[in-house]
Amino acid sequence: MSILHIVNKSPYERNSVERAVEYLRDGDRLLLIEDAVYAVIRGGKAASLIDGRNAAVLGPDLAARGIAEEKMIDGIEVVDYAGFVDLVEACDKTQSWL
Amino acid sequence: MKLTIQVNEGPYQHQASDSAYHFTKAALEKGHEVFRVFFYHDGVNNGTRLTTPPQDDRNIVARWSELAEQHDLDLVICVAAAQRRGIVDDGEAERNGKDATNIAPGFRISGLGQLIEGGIQSDRLVVFGD
Amino acid sequence: MATKKFMYVNRRAPYGTIYAWEALEVVLIGAAFEQDVSLAFVDDGVFQLMKGQDTSGIDMKNFSPTYSALGDYEVTKIYVEKESLEERGLTLDDLQHLVWEDEDDDWAEKDSIRLVSRAELAEVFAGQDVMFNF
Repeated sequence: MSILHIVNKSPYERNSVERAVEYLRDGDRLLLIEDAVYAVIRGGKAASLIDGRNAAVLGPDLAARGIAEEKMIDGIEVVDYAGFVDLVEACDKTQSWL
Repeated sequence: MKLTIQVNEGPYQHQASDSAYHFTKAALEKGHEVFRVFFYHDGVNNGTRLTTPPQDDRNIVARWSELAEQHDLDLVICVAAAQRRGIVDDGEAERNGKDATNIAPGFRISGLGQLIEGGIQSDRLVVFGD
Repeated sequence: MATKKFMYVNRRAPYGTIYAWEALEVVLIGAAFEQDVSLAFVDDGVFQLMKGQDTSGIDMKNFSPTYSALGDYEVTKIYVEKESLEERGLTLDDLQHLVWEDEDDDWAEKDSIRLVSRAELAEVFAGQDVMFNF
């Protein structure tokens, strides 16, 4: 059964992004919210953790932190809160890596 | 889809309550059912009506109260966590001999069983925290 | 309503914050609801199970003995992530020996702790219905 892995911590402060990625299985999704959105910055050390992982990121949290779309690595899906709800519905359960 | 939302952090210190609020609102707007919002750990501090944020800032507590009124939401504050942190309603004031209450409109204080019931009754549990 | 598989995920060390203790309170209350319960200890969560905790010097409640009572609450599946344990310089010997009594096997005492790899625990997570996070 698929899991939506939700991470809200900066990968430069905590290991939550790294750990969530290690627990990702086929069919699971990764959603970055709050300070975890810093992981998408191109050229950042943490970007390699999520590259090619079909990750989604919460747009309002990106915008709040001044991360323009062109600063992002490719292949990241940007969602709004409605899209967040859709991801929760699309997966069988959620795991918040607090 | 039927949802239970868990909020583990208080207002303003962490973004958790804001994220939970925007998520809950979006879910309701999409026609999903929110079975319950459960406030745990410092999240119980979302339920005090005594907060006074600056006028140019959002009022997190009032926002929850308004959402509850509009959608008949069940906002539940964990009793054990609330007792530790001084969130008090009439029943708690009477039981524990407190001289005041501070619970905000639309919130109620109840047991941890309410979270477990949320896990059993809902299609999804979504947790917001630190 | 059918029984659900509940997984309580513990990733916090005790005492520095209240998350570990209040998470355990949920597990104890939840036990009355007769769901299929598992606990996972990952990252700093493994520190919750350390032997020999003595909080007398910090005037906080030592809640570590409560873990050994979990078997009486029919909480018998306690997963400890091997990598997290090893990264922190610990082995199973550093943790409390948690057991439960199997009434279907003449009350034989059995180990509650299952030492599993990250990949194995990910598979266990996949089989759950609800994940509780603190």
